[in-house]
Amino acid sequence: MEEIRILSPTAILGYGFPMESFVEGMKRKPHVIAVDAGSTDPGPYYLGAGISFTDFNSVKRDLEIMIPAALEAGIPVIIGTAGGCGGRPHVAFNLEIIKQIAEEKKLNFKLAIIQSELDKELIKEKLAAGDIEPLFPAKQITSDDVDDCVRIVAQMGEEPFINALNEGANVILAGRSYDPSVFAALAIREGFDRGLAIHLGKILECASIAATPGSGSDCMFGYLHKEDFVLEPLSPLRKCTTLSVAAHTLYEKTNPYMLPGPGGAIDLYNATFTQLTDNTVKVAGSKFVPTDNYFVKLEGVKKVGYRTISVAGVKDPVMIEKIDDIVASVKARVKDNFEAYGIKDFFLDFKIYGRNGVMGLFPDADDRTAHELCIVIEAVADTQERANTICGFARSTMLHFGYEGRISTAGNLAFPFSPSDCKVGEVYEFNVYHLMKIDDPSVYFPVEYMEFK
Amino acid sequence: MEYNLRDIASVIRSKNSGPYELTFDVIFKDFETYHKVKEAKAINEPAFAALYNIPQSDIIKLVYFDPAKAVKITIVRPIPSGALGETDVYGAQQHSPLLGYKVQI
Repeated sequence: MEEIRILSPTAILGYGFPMESFVEGMKRKPHVIAVDAGSTDPGPYYLGAGISFTDFNSVKRDLEIMIPAALEAGIPVIIGTAGGCGGRPHVAFNLEIIKQIAEEKKLNFKLAIIQSELDKELIKEKLAAGDIEPLFPAKQITSDDVDDCVRIVAQMGEEPFINALNEGANVILAGRSYDPSVFAALAIREGFDRGLAIHLGKILECASIAATPGSGSDCMFGYLHKEDFVLEPLSPLRKCTTLSVAAHTLYEKTNPYMLPGPGGAIDLYNATFTQLTDNTVKVAGSKFVPTDNYFVKLEGVKKVGYRTISVAGVKDPVMIEKIDDIVASVKARVKDNFEAYGIKDFFLDFKIYGRNGVMGLFPDADDRTAHELCIVIEAVADTQERANTICGFARSTMLHFGYEGRISTAGNLAFPFSPSDCKVGEVYEFNVYHLMKIDDPSVYFPVEYMEFK
Repeated sequence: MEYNLRDIASVIRSKNSGPYELTFDVIFKDFETYHKVKEAKAINEPAFAALYNIPQSDIIKLVYFDPAKAVKITIVRPIPSGALGETDVYGAQQHSPLLGYKVQI
């Protein structure tokens, strides 16, 4: 085999793609359709709660096109990081969609389901054996931290996908995956260079984001050869240029020259980007550098409580001038009011939009103040009821707070909504972001098969 | 000559690089300006730390990337993405101080 052709329909399963682009992709006779379905970007909630950040119908729409087209062409469909986070409930969410499609369209195929959620006892054993290390800047964890975790997933490399392909799977639905794995697996199985295959996967996982104008909801096509690969956007509206592809190499990475993943890193120090035609780019020179031991990345979250928020506006210039003092006074009043009542352990925050609501984590980096503020009052406590209590009390205290120099004595806040307070539910935080040393790249990613007839 | 970064860059952006890091990309409009900035190291660790009011030790990597005529700065996120006190879960709106950064070349 001299060339492997890979169709990436969309940046995240459920983000959609134009039918015209997909048809163009199928005309190029791909050997595989692959898609990444997840990200940690939406934050810790989705992994903790076991909920997908992509919508059921949007994911179904994309797969309803991809799966029948692939079966007709006799090529596999590979889905990584099912349900956005790749935990067991996320895989189940996506499995339900595939089952519905199989039934409604009366399809015959073999499905492989690869799990990536790990048992906490296993993590504790690995921790005790010294096989888990923090991924800077995360901190070292203890056995208690593992117990606090709600869910831990590990990012699989291409090996579990290759096993499933060898077993004749037509569709592979996988839990948490290193993003490029789904694109690179078939090529690596066929003996293509691992560095080139993974680098190509790294670009294809964002579909047309690497083109100009970029889009996360349009297709990208990859041609992998023995010595290079070529990228082609499938919409006539887009072009791949050496700059758009090189710029994408920066995106969401720490260091654009070394991209670490399971089992090693891709070294781009000698990578070259060449404009091949008006809209295609050739990349060569990327190398895979294996690490001495095989590491997979772990992601885990813990539950920290329940959240209630209240949103209000401020126009009064006297109040805006004194906003920092007012916030401090209201916080102190809330604390004092509930101390004797026994509600002590809560988090109360005021996000002041128009001042530092967006960049409050970098004090004084950009502290211009607008003529109108939006205040989001946030309370997090160990129960929803207590979060409601703290948020409600902070809101009413701020509404009627008699700050120095106050002229508008009827009320300090403009509420856009009634009710003013909103229960947001469970709150999670990332607490595991570590590397785990493993001997066999596939052993912790069990595969089961399902036949649809 | 002194320039505002926003006048010589075509892209200035911030984004999470995983939940524990924040990364900033500055892509220049042309290679000539990029090379001048790179030679002068007009974007550097002390200047970036001062701009964001962070200790220099929080900068994990500052790298000039020739193929994209870009500078990339990756820092320790003040808190992990989505932790209590978060203001920007995706980290996509932390770039504004860079827009007004003065470059001497």
